[in-house]
Amino acid sequence: MAIEMLYFAWVREKVGVGAERIDPPATVRTVADLIAWLAARSPGHAAAFAEPDRIRAAIDDRFVGVTAVIGDAREIALFPPVTGG
Amino acid sequence: MVAVAPVIDVRVQAEDFDVGAEMAGLERLGGGAVGSFTGIVRGGAGLTALVLEHHPAMTHKALTRMAEDACGRWPLLGVTLIHRYGALVPGARIVFVGTASAHRAAALDATMFLIDWLKTRAPFWKQERFADGRTAWVEARSADDTAAKRWDADKGDVMDG
Repeated sequence: MAIEMLYFAWVREKVGVGAERIDPPATVRTVADLIAWLAARSPGHAAAFAEPDRIRAAIDDRFVGVTAVIGDAREIALFPPVTGG
Repeated sequence: MVAVAPVIDVRVQAEDFDVGAEMAGLERLGGGAVGSFTGIVRGGAGLTALVLEHHPAMTHKALTRMAEDACGRWPLLGVTLIHRYGALVPGARIVFVGTASAHRAAALDATMFLIDWLKTRAPFWKQERFADGRTAWVEARSADDTAAKRWDADKGDVMDG
């Protein structure tokens, strides 16, 4: 099932777009799997996801850990650790 | 005392806000204690602007959940959270946290809790822009994580005002 990806801050800059629609294979089960799969999509993706430890995620507008199962997520955001306040 | 649902006011906006008006609104809730924090862009080192990016679909929900969490931990009458986005110059206000309660400890502790969580659990990212054209994404600070973690264990016991 297609997933709407959102990227923010330097993840967005390196990927080159702020949003894209993807359709990963069933073997991509968790957020960590997704990050590894995305890294192979383009040199920009590879640069953005070269250090997975620096990536944080939200599924359908809730923060999740990278071990979270994607399930039937409609929207997944990947970004650096937040720096608000 | 009959519990009244706290007044939660969350705004994510590009525009500036009026701290006095926000405080006055919280004072009118009649609690007797109002706490607040205002975050302002620090200048220096050639900084011309701090650009705040956020996750528009998520930000308002995340801030509302934070305010609700604070109301679950302390007896609050009201919480106002305002967070700006876009390009902000040194001296500009970024964020406002205001709380109203019958107890000063509740108002002050909840204010501290909310700013600690805003730093670590709100989907915002800051980029610095400098006079020489350089830009740099602000790195998350481990001190902010440490400050936020103390609220994981402490459920916020409240003493009388």
